[in-house]
Amino acid sequence: MTMAATLPVSAPLPVARKGGPLRVVSNFLYRRSTLYLLLLLTPPLLWFGVVYLGSLLALLSQSVYTFDDFTMGVTPDFTLANYKALFVDGANYDIVLRTLGMAACVSIASAILAFPIAYYMARYATGWRKGFFYVAVMLPMWASYIVKVYSWTVILAKGGILYWAIGKLGLTHALEAVLALPVIGGNSLSTSNLGRFLVFTYIWLPFMILPIQASIERIPANLLQASADLGARPGQTFRTVILPLAIPGVVAGSIFTFSLTLGDFIIPQLVGPSGLFIGNMVYTMQGSIGNIPMAAAFTVVPVVIIGVYLAIAKRLGAFDAL
Amino acid sequence: MHSEQKPSLLLKLAAWGGLVFLHFPIIVVVLYAFNTEESAFSFPLQGFTLHWFTDALARQDMLSAVWLSIKVATLATVLAMVLGTLAAGALYRKDFFGKEAITLMLILPIALPGIITGIALLSAIKMAHVDPNFWTIAIGHATFCVVIVYNNVIARFRRTSFSLIEASMDLGADGWQTFRYVVLPQIATALLAGAILAFALSFDEIIVTTFTAGQERTLPIWLLNQLGRPRDVPITNVVAMMIMLITAIPIFGAWYLTRGTENTAGSSK
Repeated sequence: MTMAATLPVSAPLPVARKGGPLRVVSNFLYRRSTLYLLLLLTPPLLWFGVVYLGSLLALLSQSVYTFDDFTMGVTPDFTLANYKALFVDGANYDIVLRTLGMAACVSIASAILAFPIAYYMARYATGWRKGFFYVAVMLPMWASYIVKVYSWTVILAKGGILYWAIGKLGLTHALEAVLALPVIGGNSLSTSNLGRFLVFTYIWLPFMILPIQASIERIPANLLQASADLGARPGQTFRTVILPLAIPGVVAGSIFTFSLTLGDFIIPQLVGPSGLFIGNMVYTMQGSIGNIPMAAAFTVVPVVIIGVYLAIAKRLGAFDAL
Repeated sequence: MHSEQKPSLLLKLAAWGGLVFLHFPIIVVVLYAFNTEESAFSFPLQGFTLHWFTDALARQDMLSAVWLSIKVATLATVLAMVLGTLAAGALYRKDFFGKEAITLMLILPIALPGIITGIALLSAIKMAHVDPNFWTIAIGHATFCVVIVYNNVIARFRRTSFSLIEASMDLGADGWQTFRYVVLPQIATALLAGAILAFALSFDEIIVTTFTAGQERTLPIWLLNQLGRPRDVPITNVVAMMIMLITAIPIFGAWYLTRGTENTAGSSK
């Protein structure tokens, strides 16, 4: 008999006397574990089924509705025009590619930056250092998103702290050369793709560190000893044992970095060149234009991508590292 | 897993350098809050002052944004605590058909980009002919806060030694008593930590909120609007720093409450 069924999760109740009605209920549930499970699950399932999945379905159904450009109204007439506009219209297609490209670059950069931190945390930090590192990663992760982005707009501004530091180091010409490059460059750091990339990477970095740290921590010590016993040098052990076993953590982290970049519209609005992201497009479509069908069609892109991504991640065992 | 070898200097530098990078913007926010200069972001700073704090605290619109954020976060947290604990209690041990699908559904609101949750809720709200208000914000927040509580509580459930519950039942306690005197004390700190994090998440949420808020202004939305007002830079700096400090305290609290539990007896699976 499984005991899971005997844990009524509810507000603390007065202790029932022997044979009292509460005891009767609890004994009844104890014997019918499936019913009990259903009772526990009903509130969360109702909530998610109605509020969340219901809304998602409402959104997806709107993506095939018709938007009238003249009356600015939405009518429930079936059309595929929104999807056609998404894939045929060059401007929309560019927005999708631009967002995906940024999400991929940010994920890769976060993984590279996060790995040494996670590795050090998992394998070398002991005693107070362990707690210190953990809090030091948690703090920026949970610190206010909008404040962090704001801080970067201050840091990257012309005449701001970064320009000052680069000037002091005598690297102003190098910065100008980098900003003159196509695609990543721009008029200044705060209006370049480089700046936007930097802010994105910064903001999502902790979401990459913690899953990698968790997966490295889970590698059993005897595996590494076995590797050493069999004659592997530390570098070889790292490449052939640690790195492959840390991959689920990297994938788990990249779910967050990728997905969060795909859906963000605040950072593209505040930092970087004027090119729109999927998020900005969705926001504009629904807000100033009221074209929810087109906005809905835009959101289908990240839904499909993340869906596929989650399926692959599950295969790679990334969910255990979440 | 720990290694007996010393870390290489390069690794040490990369790890500590990473930490410095993570904290750099936070330090900058704090520095600028005390800056005397009124309009620009110039560096080095001109001087030290405290008087923007009094200016900021006199702003009624800011205070009402804070109050709205507190109300929303409180309601969302309570809802998330109930739903998250129920889900964790149901899912932590028994395997049944559809368990994986339910787990995925709980993760989905944070795995999918926030903008999707936001616009999905908005289109449902519009279809139901409801005007976005306080309740729609809180409902949206509760949806993605559930997973935070769920994760914390289920992690603790998995580490809780099961024989305690069996012992309690053997000694004649019924299900309610076992829950009240055995289970609840075990999960209490994890539940509280989950609640703190859920509160922090809701307090700070902006992307979903922009869609479900209508005319209402939570603190993050207030701050975003501030960025379009160059004259208000000193007040923005001060409020930004205060938000930073206010969220830092609960993070320490949540860490403190869940620390060390990985070493609980019987936790090694």
